[in-house]
Amino acid sequence: MLTAQWLYGLTGCLIVALGLRTALLHASLLHRLVAVNVMGAGVFLALIAVAYRGPETPPDPVPHALVLTGIVVAVSATALALALARRLNAEQAND
Amino acid sequence: MSTTSLLILDGLLLISMVSLAWAALTSSDERRCVILFMAFGLVLALAWARLLAPDVALAEAAIGAGLSGGLLLTAVRERPQSAPTGRTDSVDNRHGSRMGLTLHWVVTTLSAALAVTLAWALGHAFSRGPQDSLAQAVSANLAASGVGNPVTAVLLNFRAYDTLLELAVLLTALLGIFALGRARPGYLAAGPVFDGLARWLVPVLILAAGYLLWVGAHAPGGAFQAGATLAAAGVVLRLAGRPDIGLPHGIALRIAMAAGVGIFLLVGLGLLLLGRPFLGYPPAWAGALILMIESAAMVAIAATLMLAFLGGRPESFGLQAVHEGPAAPPVVVPRSEAPEAMSRAEFETPEARDRFTKEENRC
Amino acid sequence: MIDALSSMLIVGGVLFYLAGSIGLLRLPDLYSRLHALTKADNLGLGLLTAGLALHSQDLLTALKLLLIWLAVLAASAASAHLIARHARRQEAGS
Repeated sequence: MLTAQWLYGLTGCLIVALGLRTALLHASLLHRLVAVNVMGAGVFLALIAVAYRGPETPPDPVPHALVLTGIVVAVSATALALALARRLNAEQAND
Repeated sequence: MSTTSLLILDGLLLISMVSLAWAALTSSDERRCVILFMAFGLVLALAWARLLAPDVALAEAAIGAGLSGGLLLTAVRERPQSAPTGRTDSVDNRHGSRMGLTLHWVVTTLSAALAVTLAWALGHAFSRGPQDSLAQAVSANLAASGVGNPVTAVLLNFRAYDTLLELAVLLTALLGIFALGRARPGYLAAGPVFDGLARWLVPVLILAAGYLLWVGAHAPGGAFQAGATLAAAGVVLRLAGRPDIGLPHGIALRIAMAAGVGIFLLVGLGLLLLGRPFLGYPPAWAGALILMIESAAMVAIAATLMLAFLGGRPESFGLQAVHEGPAAPPVVVPRSEAPEAMSRAEFETPEARDRFTKEENRC
Repeated sequence: MIDALSSMLIVGGVLFYLAGSIGLLRLPDLYSRLHALTKADNLGLGLLTAGLALHSQDLLTALKLLLIWLAVLAASAASAHLIARHARRQEAGS
């Protein structure tokens, strides 16, 4: 339980809370998408903080693999959400 | 590095991250929000490098900051320039402003409660000491896994099934994007400066992608970072106005899209037929099998991210429904002339060409 | 000796970055801000990579650092040109 782990882990939790608040409150879809991505970044920060073992010891590679998967899945979900938003705008403009 | 200098570095990184996240989330302008988010992603990549996670740092810089930011910027570009909202967190005001304020405070309190709960859970996990059983299992079996990089070993050997499912998620998202509409109209051909940059940058990016793929076996790198670099090459080509952004046509495009999941399944089922467990590589062949799967995954990831940047079904996919009109020719809609909202007819039919081919629109 | 030289180069690079950032914040016009940002940051990155290359284990790492600097030079020059051109067109159009 190193200082760095605590610092980064708590910052991760803070960033998750900031993202959630904006994701629920802001009116603009793009802001909400960015907020969900920021929430994801906070979760990844907490995971990598858990995997850190100090400046000399090699870190735990399993959370690294989890975060790598998470980054790729997050970007594909963002792309799908943007395509949905584009189609929604086109349909609403048609009414 | 001494502990105090590390502590100063940590403090600076964390303060920048939180301020950038806060600034991005509370900005009133969408474009500013996206650009601050890209800066946040880059500082996050620095934090990963400080926490000795270089593979994650590479992936975050390329995919999380770069491609995500690019996707969001093209979406911002399409919308008419919206006036900045008065309040930075504008609650949906259907219920009137009083309800808005209450909702505001309820959500803030709940988010704070979530942060406290997560911090408590984190403290609980830390107080039990480092749970190293998985890490020890990985390092004990690393020699038999066929690669030297433990993260690659976990991704492509020990937890190959998860990576297979992740590639399937990518493919599913791409099919969803295809089902939702056509690709965005392209860009005008670039002027000499950007064209000259693209001419040599794209080959260098392709070379760097191949290098990242190869070096991922024994150093930070791998299929995801390589795929993202290839996708960046495609994005540069698209921004430079090339009509074919390096993607093949028709059946070859379908093969490229499905290559990752396809090769994984073929290897897995082949191993099943040989009497081994699903995706249980024999140690003598593990290195070669992992390289083969990684190459196919790189192509699939690059194709998926490039097509996601296009935003829909491209011409080269070869699927034109009968009732839709001919696709939009490659013209760009200058920001000042963007229609307030695109109707469905405009969405699917060609834009007026002659507005955009005036000489002053070229460099 | 190598350490002292490398430290001086890195500090010089950081000073140029500082100058570029101050220029970004304090200069009045988009074009002058672009100028400060690209010129100062390119040279700053060059000094930084030179200082790091002195510390590298082998020639290959130093060459990779040089390639990074060249790539950033070209990309920042091209993007500064594109930004300035876009701003110019917007001024001419409005």
